Amino acid sequence: MKISVQAEQFDMGAETNAFIAAQNGMGAIVTFSGIVRDLADNPMRYMEIEHYPGMTEKAIGEIVKEAVSRWSLGDACVIHRYGHLHVGEPIMMVATSAPHRVDAFEAAEFLMDYLKSRAPFWKKEVTQNDANWVDAKNEDEEALNRW
Amino acid sequence: MIKVMYFAWVRERIGEASESIETEAATVSELIEELRRKEPRYNMAFSDLSALRVAVDQTLTDFDCPLADAKEVAFFPPMTGG
Repeated sequence: MKISVQAEQFDMGAETNAFIAAQNGMGAIVTFSGIVRDLADNPMRYMEIEHYPGMTEKAIGEIVKEAVSRWSLGDACVIHRYGHLHVGEPIMMVATSAPHRVDAFEAAEFLMDYLKSRAPFWKKEVTQNDANWVDAKNEDEEALNRW
Repeated sequence: MIKVMYFAWVRERIGEASESIETEAATVSELIEELRRKEPRYNMAFSDLSALRVAVDQTLTDFDCPLADAKEVAFFPPMTGG
Protein backbone atom coordinates (compact mmCIF):
# COMPACT_ATOMS: atom_id res chain seq x y z
CA MET A 1 0.00 0.00 0.00
CA LYS A 2 1.35 3.39 -0.89
CA ILE A 3 -0.16 6.56 0.54
CA SER A 4 1.53 9.83 -0.25
CA VAL A 5 0.37 13.35 0.56
CA GLN A 6 2.81 15.65 -1.16
CA ALA A 7 3.37 19.12 -2.62
CA GLU A 8 5.58 17.86 -5.45
CA GLN A 9 4.32 16.91 -8.88
CA PHE A 10 4.29 13.20 -9.66
CA ASP A 11 4.70 11.24 -12.85
CA MET A 12 1.53 9.23 -13.40
CA GLY A 13 3.23 6.91 -15.92
CA ALA A 14 6.18 6.17 -13.65
CA GLU A 15 3.91 5.63 -10.64
CA THR A 16 1.68 3.29 -12.63
CA ASN A 17 4.65 1.28 -13.94
CA ALA A 18 6.12 0.95 -10.44
CA PHE A 19 2.72 -0.13 -9.11
CA ILE A 20 2.34 -2.79 -11.82
CA ALA A 21 5.90 -4.04 -11.31
CA ALA A 22 5.23 -4.62 -7.59
CA GLN A 23 2.21 -6.88 -8.20
CA ASN A 24 2.18 -10.62 -8.03
CA GLY A 25 -0.62 -12.72 -9.51
CA MET A 26 -2.91 -9.76 -10.18
CA GLY A 27 -4.88 -9.80 -13.44
CA ALA A 28 -6.34 -6.29 -13.27
CA ILE A 29 -4.97 -2.81 -12.59
CA VAL A 30 -7.20 0.27 -12.51
CA THR A 31 -5.78 3.77 -12.29
CA PHE A 32 -7.52 7.12 -12.06
CA SER A 33 -6.06 10.60 -11.97
CA GLY A 34 -7.75 13.95 -11.31
CA ILE A 35 -6.32 16.93 -13.20
CA VAL A 36 -6.60 20.68 -12.56
CA ARG A 37 -9.01 21.94 -15.19
CA ASP A 38 -9.47 25.48 -16.38
CA LEU A 39 -12.72 27.37 -15.86
CA ALA A 40 -14.70 28.14 -19.00
CA ASP A 41 -15.45 31.82 -18.41
CA ASN A 42 -12.88 32.82 -15.81
CA PRO A 43 -9.34 31.68 -16.71
CA MET A 44 -7.58 30.16 -13.73
CA ARG A 45 -4.14 31.29 -12.56
CA TYR A 46 -3.65 28.35 -10.24
CA MET A 47 -5.37 26.07 -7.77
CA GLU A 48 -4.45 26.14 -4.09
CA ILE A 49 -5.10 22.98 -2.11
CA GLU A 50 -5.08 23.13 1.66
CA HIS A 51 -5.08 20.05 3.87
CA TYR A 52 -4.97 19.00 7.51
CA PRO A 53 -1.53 17.44 8.08
CA GLY A 54 -1.86 14.38 10.29
CA MET A 55 -5.58 13.89 9.81
CA THR A 56 -5.18 13.65 6.02
CA GLU A 57 -2.84 10.65 6.17
CA LYS A 58 -4.98 9.04 8.88
CA ALA A 59 -8.24 9.53 6.93
CA ILE A 60 -6.77 8.19 3.68
CA GLY A 61 -5.32 5.20 5.57
CA GLU A 62 -8.78 4.37 6.95
CA ILE A 63 -10.42 4.73 3.53
CA VAL A 64 -7.83 2.40 1.95
CA LYS A 65 -8.24 -0.09 4.80
CA GLU A 66 -12.00 -0.12 4.24
CA ALA A 67 -11.51 -0.71 0.49
CA VAL A 68 -9.17 -3.64 1.18
CA SER A 69 -11.70 -5.18 3.56
CA ARG A 70 -14.58 -4.86 1.07
CA TRP A 71 -12.98 -6.00 -2.18
CA SER A 72 -10.55 -8.70 -3.10
CA LEU A 73 -7.58 -6.42 -3.73
CA GLY A 74 -3.91 -7.17 -4.17
CA ASP A 75 -2.77 -3.62 -3.52
CA ALA A 76 -3.83 0.02 -3.55
CA CYS A 77 -2.02 3.32 -4.02
CA VAL A 78 -3.19 6.87 -3.26
CA ILE A 79 -1.16 9.98 -4.09
CA HIS A 80 -2.71 13.39 -3.35
CA ARG A 81 -1.05 16.77 -3.75
CA TYR A 82 -1.51 20.00 -1.85
CA GLY A 83 -0.19 23.55 -2.32
CA HIS A 84 0.09 25.43 -5.57
CA LEU A 85 -1.10 23.55 -8.68
CA HIS A 86 -1.39 24.73 -12.27
CA VAL A 87 -3.95 23.89 -14.96
CA GLY A 88 -3.18 20.52 -16.53
CA GLU A 89 -1.21 19.18 -13.57
CA PRO A 90 -2.35 16.00 -11.84
CA ILE A 91 -3.95 16.63 -8.43
CA MET A 92 -4.12 13.04 -7.30
CA MET A 93 -4.17 9.44 -8.43
CA VAL A 94 -5.47 6.14 -7.19
CA ALA A 95 -4.40 2.71 -8.37
CA THR A 96 -5.87 -0.64 -7.41
CA SER A 97 -4.91 -4.17 -8.32
CA ALA A 98 -7.03 -7.29 -8.06
CA PRO A 99 -7.19 -10.76 -9.56
CA HIS A 100 -10.22 -9.61 -11.60
CA ARG A 101 -11.34 -6.25 -12.97
CA VAL A 102 -14.66 -5.77 -11.14
CA ASP A 103 -12.93 -5.56 -7.75
CA ALA A 104 -10.25 -3.21 -9.11
CA PHE A 105 -12.82 -0.88 -10.75
CA GLU A 106 -15.25 -0.79 -7.83
CA ALA A 107 -12.53 -0.28 -5.21
CA ALA A 108 -11.04 2.58 -7.27
CA GLU A 109 -14.45 4.26 -7.47
CA PHE A 110 -15.01 3.77 -3.77
CA LEU A 111 -11.60 5.32 -3.03
CA MET A 112 -12.39 8.29 -5.26
CA ASP A 113 -15.83 8.90 -3.73
CA TYR A 114 -14.44 8.83 -0.20
CA LEU A 115 -11.33 10.88 -0.99
CA LYS A 116 -13.58 13.59 -2.38
CA SER A 117 -15.72 14.06 0.72
CA ARG A 118 -13.93 12.41 3.64
CA ALA A 119 -10.25 13.30 3.24
CA PRO A 120 -9.52 16.78 4.64
CA PHE A 121 -8.56 18.69 1.50
CA TRP A 122 -9.98 22.02 0.37
CA LYS A 123 -9.57 23.46 -3.11
CA LYS A 124 -9.39 27.14 -3.92
CA GLU A 125 -9.54 28.41 -7.49
CA VAL A 126 -7.45 31.52 -8.01
CA THR A 127 -8.46 33.19 -11.27
CA GLN A 128 -7.42 36.39 -13.05
CA ASN A 129 -10.22 38.22 -11.23
CA ASP A 130 -10.85 36.55 -7.91
CA ALA A 131 -10.26 33.58 -5.61
CA ASN A 132 -12.99 31.17 -4.56
CA TRP A 133 -13.14 28.14 -2.33
CA VAL A 134 -14.71 25.28 -4.26
CA ASP A 135 -18.09 24.30 -2.80
CA ALA A 136 -18.73 20.67 -1.98
CA LYS A 137 -21.48 19.26 -4.20
CA ASN A 138 -24.54 17.46 -2.87
CA GLU A 139 -24.00 14.69 -5.39
CA ASP A 140 -20.53 14.05 -3.94
CA GLU A 141 -22.10 13.43 -0.54
CA GLU A 142 -24.87 11.33 -2.09
CA ALA A 143 -22.28 9.27 -3.97
CA LEU A 144 -21.23 7.78 -0.62
CA ASN A 145 -24.68 6.23 -0.14
CA ARG A 146 -24.17 3.70 -2.89
CA TRP A 147 -21.42 2.02 -0.88
CA MET B 1 -5.89 23.78 27.13
CA ILE B 2 -7.25 22.67 23.82
CA LYS B 3 -5.80 23.32 20.39
CA VAL B 4 -8.42 24.75 18.04
CA MET B 5 -7.66 24.70 14.31
CA TYR B 6 -9.36 26.36 11.36
CA PHE B 7 -9.11 25.48 7.68
CA ALA B 8 -10.07 27.01 4.32
CA TRP B 9 -12.57 29.90 4.55
CA VAL B 10 -13.06 29.33 8.27
CA ARG B 11 -9.35 30.08 8.75
CA GLU B 12 -9.64 33.16 6.53
CA ARG B 13 -12.66 34.52 8.39
CA ILE B 14 -11.13 34.01 11.80
CA GLY B 15 -7.72 35.16 10.64
CA GLU B 16 -5.74 32.41 12.35
CA ALA B 17 -4.82 28.81 11.52
CA SER B 18 -4.81 27.63 15.13
CA GLU B 19 -4.87 28.80 18.72
CA SER B 20 -4.76 27.34 22.20
CA ILE B 21 -7.88 27.92 24.23
CA GLU B 22 -8.55 27.50 27.93
CA THR B 23 -12.10 26.19 28.08
CA GLU B 24 -14.58 24.41 30.31
CA ALA B 25 -16.79 23.50 27.32
CA ALA B 26 -18.10 19.95 27.63
CA THR B 27 -19.02 19.53 23.98
CA VAL B 28 -18.12 20.96 20.57
CA SER B 29 -21.40 22.96 20.59
CA GLU B 30 -20.50 24.56 23.90
CA LEU B 31 -17.06 25.47 22.56
CA ILE B 32 -18.69 27.08 19.51
CA GLU B 33 -21.01 29.13 21.75
CA GLU B 34 -18.01 30.25 23.77
CA LEU B 35 -16.09 31.25 20.63
CA ARG B 36 -19.09 33.09 19.16
CA ARG B 37 -19.32 35.26 22.27
CA LYS B 38 -15.63 36.12 22.02
CA GLU B 39 -15.53 38.38 18.97
CA PRO B 40 -17.62 39.23 15.88
CA ARG B 41 -15.23 37.39 13.52
CA TYR B 42 -15.96 34.13 15.38
CA ASN B 43 -19.66 34.88 15.47
CA MET B 44 -19.57 35.34 11.70
CA ALA B 45 -17.50 32.22 10.99
CA PHE B 46 -19.85 30.05 13.07
CA SER B 47 -23.14 31.65 11.98
CA ASP B 48 -24.22 28.74 9.77
CA LEU B 49 -23.29 25.39 11.28
CA SER B 50 -24.75 23.48 8.33
CA ALA B 51 -21.81 24.83 6.31
CA LEU B 52 -19.26 23.53 8.83
CA ARG B 53 -17.71 20.22 9.74
CA VAL B 54 -15.74 19.35 12.85
CA ALA B 55 -13.00 16.90 13.72
CA VAL B 56 -12.01 16.05 17.28
CA ASP B 57 -8.51 14.64 17.62
CA GLN B 58 -8.35 14.26 13.84
CA THR B 59 -11.54 12.20 13.54
CA LEU B 60 -14.62 13.58 11.82
CA THR B 61 -17.49 13.85 14.29
CA ASP B 62 -20.60 15.92 15.06
CA PHE B 63 -21.31 19.00 17.12
CA ASP B 64 -22.53 17.17 20.21
CA CYS B 65 -19.23 15.29 20.52
CA PRO B 66 -17.88 15.50 24.10
CA LEU B 67 -14.57 17.28 24.60
CA ALA B 68 -13.38 15.40 27.70
CA ASP B 69 -9.72 14.49 27.06
CA ALA B 70 -9.78 16.07 23.61
CA LYS B 71 -6.50 17.69 22.59
CA GLU B 72 -7.36 19.07 19.17
CA VAL B 73 -10.58 20.39 17.62
CA ALA B 74 -10.68 21.47 13.98
CA PHE B 75 -13.39 23.42 12.14
CA PHE B 76 -13.65 23.49 8.37
CA PRO B 77 -16.08 23.53 5.44
CA PRO B 78 -17.16 20.29 3.73
CA MET B 79 -14.11 18.71 2.14
CA THR B 80 -13.32 19.00 -1.56
CA GLY B 81 -10.53 16.53 -2.24
CA GLY B 82 -10.06 14.16 -5.16
